[in-house]
Amino acid sequence: MIQTQKLTKIFKIKKGEDIPAVVDLTLSIPEGEVFGFLGPNGAGKTTTVRMLTSLIEPTSGTATVNGLRLGDDDQAIRRSVGILTESPGLYERLSAFKNLSIYANLYDVEDVDRQVEKYLSMLGLWSRRDDPVGSFSKGMRQKLAIARALLHEPPLLFLDEPTSGLDPEAASLVRSFIEELKGEGRTIFICTHNLNEADRLCDRIGIFKTHLIEVDTPANLRLKIYGRKVVFHLRELDPLWIDSIRELEGVQDIQSVDQKLVVGLSEPEKTNPIVIRKLVQLGADVQFVGELRHSLEDIYLQTMKTSGKEDVTL
Amino acid sequence: MKHIKTIIDKEWAEVFKNRMVLFTMIFLPLIFTVLPLVMLYLTGEGMGDMGGVNTADVPIEFLSQCDEGMTGGECMQIYLINEFLLLFMMMPIIIPVTIAAYSIVGEKTTHSLEPLLATPITTFELLAGKSLAAAIPAIIVGWASFGIFLLALPLIGVSSAVIRYIAGPTWLLAILIAGPLMAVASVNLALYVSSRVNDPRTAEQVAALLLVPLFGLLFAQLAGVIVINVLVMLSFIGGMILLDIAMIYLGVSVFQRENILTRWK
Repeated sequence: MIQTQKLTKIFKIKKGEDIPAVVDLTLSIPEGEVFGFLGPNGAGKTTTVRMLTSLIEPTSGTATVNGLRLGDDDQAIRRSVGILTESPGLYERLSAFKNLSIYANLYDVEDVDRQVEKYLSMLGLWSRRDDPVGSFSKGMRQKLAIARALLHEPPLLFLDEPTSGLDPEAASLVRSFIEELKGEGRTIFICTHNLNEADRLCDRIGIFKTHLIEVDTPANLRLKIYGRKVVFHLRELDPLWIDSIRELEGVQDIQSVDQKLVVGLSEPEKTNPIVIRKLVQLGADVQFVGELRHSLEDIYLQTMKTSGKEDVTL
Repeated sequence: MKHIKTIIDKEWAEVFKNRMVLFTMIFLPLIFTVLPLVMLYLTGEGMGDMGGVNTADVPIEFLSQCDEGMTGGECMQIYLINEFLLLFMMMPIIIPVTIAAYSIVGEKTTHSLEPLLATPITTFELLAGKSLAAAIPAIIVGWASFGIFLLALPLIGVSSAVIRYIAGPTWLLAILIAGPLMAVASVNLALYVSSRVNDPRTAEQVAALLLVPLFGLLFAQLAGVIVINVLVMLSFIGGMILLDIAMIYLGVSVFQRENILTRWK
């Protein structure tokens, strides 16, 4: 669905002053995938989206979007993708219906009225169709902007910060709608600062700051960065037990935190019973056992730290 | 063509909800139409041939504009009304500047250009749509005001000699040809200025610089340096065509997608 090869964008500000926004981005996103693009402010995420939607030209490199080549089929690319820009950019004096019908006409939608009605109803805005958008809440505007991106039924959607600035309720509504779109099999490219959102919605994530630093599924990234860790909650912890557990086969590392043992295991399914048996043998009371799940935020911060991209402001 | 029509439709739907634009479109032409009518009425027959004015009172440079059969009063009337021609010529400048300033700077302030540019619309379609949306109302209002003015002339007792002059080639060239040309220049100047500023009022003020050559004509005529006749009007039209070409080039050169998205702040 999206293939990029060393895609690069360098902005020329003044003579001799170049600002690299995106450098050597090589990426492959298959059909039906929800891809999260994470990075700090100014990382080049929006520039990447603008290049992939044919809004700006890359300085070098190649890309195909929906099988269409960037630079050769720009108009066809714009016709085949939907975009939710960082700021909704709606016409505030016009009604919701008018806003969508303008875009439906620009996308050459056949039955404009029916399509506009479909998305206004789907997003719960039909009863407010004649109201000027200026009277809408932030959440309603965001939903309207998403509807605008969908009017021409694009198989590929770019969502730039879809829940940015929304209250929790509105953000949850938008996320649920994105999940619905995911269920329809659309390919979705999401730029987000919200790591929990990315964790919940995305099949794979790319961590990016001018260069692509890591790309994988959240689960694989957790495994790659932290390995698998199991937490054993004990009634009391004798420090002498730690060495005994460390000697067991399959134990990679071990730490004690309060009355808990955090044990890195290559195959917890196989090693957990052995560790539990050993702990019981040592006289420990095992209260709970659970796998430690690092948040995507931990993964993101760790990735940025190890890549040397110190500025991790989201 | 469908995309251009959609842009025009959008612009009109949005711009005409703006009271400032409506005020400019209704009030200004009304004043500019009524003022010369009042002047013609006050200097007409009721004044008894303007209190004894004769052709000797008309600036000598202007006498060539008066027909042989005209009275001194009629000759003075066409001299005076020629100054008001410039009011009619201001309309196609002021109205599109107001519309274009709001439609383009407005897109910048509401961040609506990016989603618009992400559609399959071409730059030409977008530019043409915006330009036409601003220029068409100005041209229509200019022509309509002149039409109303012409129709009102006999009603206030203006003589047929004066009406013949007003409906003659100098005025028709000014209203029908120079007006639209000035509207095009005005829209493209507003477009260019809009790419450099963030405030519609600033765009309006800078684009209103186009009024300067008109005032130049007005003062040159008052000072007796030139007389606005067919030749002057044809020269003016020639100059406007060159200016339009320059302005369209300037407008198109700043209206590049990448510039708009990355430099229009």
